[in-house]
Amino acid sequence: MHSEVKAMPARVITRSEVDWTPYLAGAGIGILSWAVFAIADDPLGITTAFAAFSGVAAIPFLGIEGVWHNSYWAKTPPSLSYGTLFLVGVVLGAMASAIATRRFSLETVPRVWRERFGPSVFRRFAVVFAGGAVEMYGARLADGCTSGHAISGNLQLALSSWLFTIVMAASGAATARLLFGNGRFANRGDPK
Amino acid sequence: MTIPLSGASLLVSAVLFGFIFGWLLHRARVTDTNVIVNQFRFRDFTVLKVMLTAIIVGGLGVFFLHAGGLASYHIKPANLLGVALGAVLFGIGMVAYGYCPGSGLAAIGTGSLHALIGALGMVFGAVLFALSYDWVKAHILNIAALGSVRLPELTGIPDLVWFAGLAVLALISFLALERRPRR
Repeated sequence: MHSEVKAMPARVITRSEVDWTPYLAGAGIGILSWAVFAIADDPLGITTAFAAFSGVAAIPFLGIEGVWHNSYWAKTPPSLSYGTLFLVGVVLGAMASAIATRRFSLETVPRVWRERFGPSVFRRFAVVFAGGAVEMYGARLADGCTSGHAISGNLQLALSSWLFTIVMAASGAATARLLFGNGRFANRGDPK
Repeated sequence: MTIPLSGASLLVSAVLFGFIFGWLLHRARVTDTNVIVNQFRFRDFTVLKVMLTAIIVGGLGVFFLHAGGLASYHIKPANLLGVALGAVLFGIGMVAYGYCPGSGLAAIGTGSLHALIGALGMVFGAVLFALSYDWVKAHILNIAALGSVRLPELTGIPDLVWFAGLAVLALISFLALERRPRR
């Protein structure tokens, strides 16, 4: 399908060519929100549970006492709770969908990165480790992420969440411009 | 069985709801890092389409559930300095990692090994935050802390007007995006 699109000259997209998947999936996430608010009384979110669970990972380095006496983990103790089991479900659900649509594939360096920074796996892994750390620190400082703030918080019209989303979008766009430049590598984000 | 759930049935529902969320994230293609990074480069608007639709559909439903006494709000506190600084770091990290925390976890399930390494980085970041929490709480989270504020109460503009405005904004953006000639 993609080779077909590329071969065609630029023209206006007609109604029948619109890809409805993002809208349907977005509506699905919205409806899932109704269910989690009403049934579980716990909005969609990732990083709060993730941070609580990180206390377990810190035990080998800080000792049980160190984790136990930390004021943050005292507030959100590491446990096999609703939030952490939700994270397990996220991994399994995406895996099931990837296998069902025959799109499961091992990936070490994605195209958008390779085109700009080359095929080095070590470089990619080093940057994603640092990026993940900065992202999570930011999420905890802001008390939420793209799920907890940008979906669950925004849909409740929370001031904190709309502030988070607008600042995050601006910061991300500026970072993307610095990291990837502006326009020499045209990708449309085709599925891998 | 009472609603909201508790105990074992709540834990089972956690896996089920997570499963559906992960499934939808993959179907929406936001488990693909190219899609996420290219949103920040304004070349692929999948993320915007998914999020705006989720906010409007989800928000209207939750509004009526709340009005009917069937759901409670969970508003995160507006510690304006902490939220703004956190959002700056989050945007930088998200572009470097290429995923948000949720789509990164989901991408691990689709075979993305760099998503897994980034998730280890996220654990590291969470530990750093826990270790610096006392200082952050005393020096950042208490600056411009307005509490759990919602836009309708803050502005006096009713919920449904906000959603109508968002719907108009979404409709205009979506029409413009879908009419754009594809290269």
